[in-house]
Amino acid sequence: MAPPKHRRPGFSRKAQYGLFVTYVVAIAGTMVSALLLAISVADPAGFSALRTAGAEITAPVARMFSNVRRSAQNMNATAAAYINAGSQNAALQKQAKVNRKKLIEAQALRVENARLRGLLKLSEDGESQVAVGRLISSTSSSTRRVATLSIGRNFGVERAQPVRGPSGLIGRVIETGPTTARILLVTDAENLVPVMRASDGLPAFSAGLGNGTVLIKPLNLGESPFKVGDVIVTSGNGGLYPPNIPFARVIKKTSDGALAIPYADPGNTPYAVVIRPYQGEARAAQQAVAPDGETKEVAE
Amino acid sequence: MKIPVTTIRLPTRPAREYESRFDREQSLLKMLAIPITSVAIASMITALPIFTEEPLLPPLGLLMFLSWRLMRPGLLPVWSGVPFGLMDDVFSGQPFGSAGLLWSLAMLSIEIIDARAIWRDHIQDWLIAAVLIAGVLLGGLWIAGMAHAAPDPAVLIPQIILSILLYPLAVRICARLDSWRLAT
Repeated sequence: MAPPKHRRPGFSRKAQYGLFVTYVVAIAGTMVSALLLAISVADPAGFSALRTAGAEITAPVARMFSNVRRSAQNMNATAAAYINAGSQNAALQKQAKVNRKKLIEAQALRVENARLRGLLKLSEDGESQVAVGRLISSTSSSTRRVATLSIGRNFGVERAQPVRGPSGLIGRVIETGPTTARILLVTDAENLVPVMRASDGLPAFSAGLGNGTVLIKPLNLGESPFKVGDVIVTSGNGGLYPPNIPFARVIKKTSDGALAIPYADPGNTPYAVVIRPYQGEARAAQQAVAPDGETKEVAE
Repeated sequence: MKIPVTTIRLPTRPAREYESRFDREQSLLKMLAIPITSVAIASMITALPIFTEEPLLPPLGLLMFLSWRLMRPGLLPVWSGVPFGLMDDVFSGQPFGSAGLLWSLAMLSIEIIDARAIWRDHIQDWLIAAVLIAGVLLGGLWIAGMAHAAPDPAVLIPQIILSILLYPLAVRICARLDSWRLAT
């Protein structure tokens, strides 16, 4: 379509100045945006109040759609369970027989573990839960992998708390609002998680790739020791994520590490548990005595 | 063919039945609110429970904004990229100000193109929109990379293709909204 007439205002001084002013405002607005951007790059948590307000406004609609989505999924699962009832029953009975043996072994190991811990005078708290919520939305059009949780400060959720689902680690809290919180998922390129291989405790780091997979890099140099199918769990190093949370499964070996898929799928997790930082008090005490420079505990 | 009298549609709203059928004025509120609200709602779609493993959801706010601008030149003022972009930043998860800057630059580049290529058809508009969508998405990745660690640009390819293919649909929606906007 041809541009409308008011682009060429003719002899009217008023119209000419009016057109000129729109261009001045446009250029000035662009510069103001660039300035705002520079501020938010320098201080990523700076405009969190605005984002939190946006999340709070849209949260009721997101909660409603989340409920609808969940009930639809439940309906599917129920219908599928009726259809598969017979074969599933047989399979589950076979599995239960195998599990019973393993359960007895695990019980014996637990007793032995407690005895050994008593000998070593080690006391270790289990992971303590802060609150349980649901993931109600995610930044699915941005390269940042951030999700919104349905609970916030009203349930005691604070920054730098780890979040896990029933199947594995989801991420950590980076911003909190009155009734919502924002979670940096483990697949974000910025989220580094100290992990280990479940079978032998081989220490490694995980970094998100932004496409649903994570890159596992072992701490020691040399050829990648991983195999396809290796199970990766959190190691508890650094004192933020508790140890032994299921994390990811290796799908491909690379020259210096491995590609893995996290167990927790944010789109398919029925609930998300916010837990207290592992050894958070010890870390805070350590920081109070000898603060390590300008490092903030957990920046976004 | 003779049309039977019964098929002629009568005005259904009782209050308007006795009003004049011509020389009506459009509602100013409707004329202003429809473009603004449609872009705002499209920006907020990302707040719905849609979970993707990689950035896949097209930037619907940007698509809507570009369609309004290219389909109806002169409706949105030159500076409108700034307020619409800043609103999109609140919901998109990008660093605040990134869309404000990029959408405004897109708006200014369309303004320059408008001065060069005056008569354009839909395909040319689509081409312009495709270049701008790819530019804004890659620029967004670059800006996110300044503030945080950013992934490889290759993760954006599916989203760019999907967004370009969705542009004609966005223009259709805008055209429908536009005829509603200008209806008396």
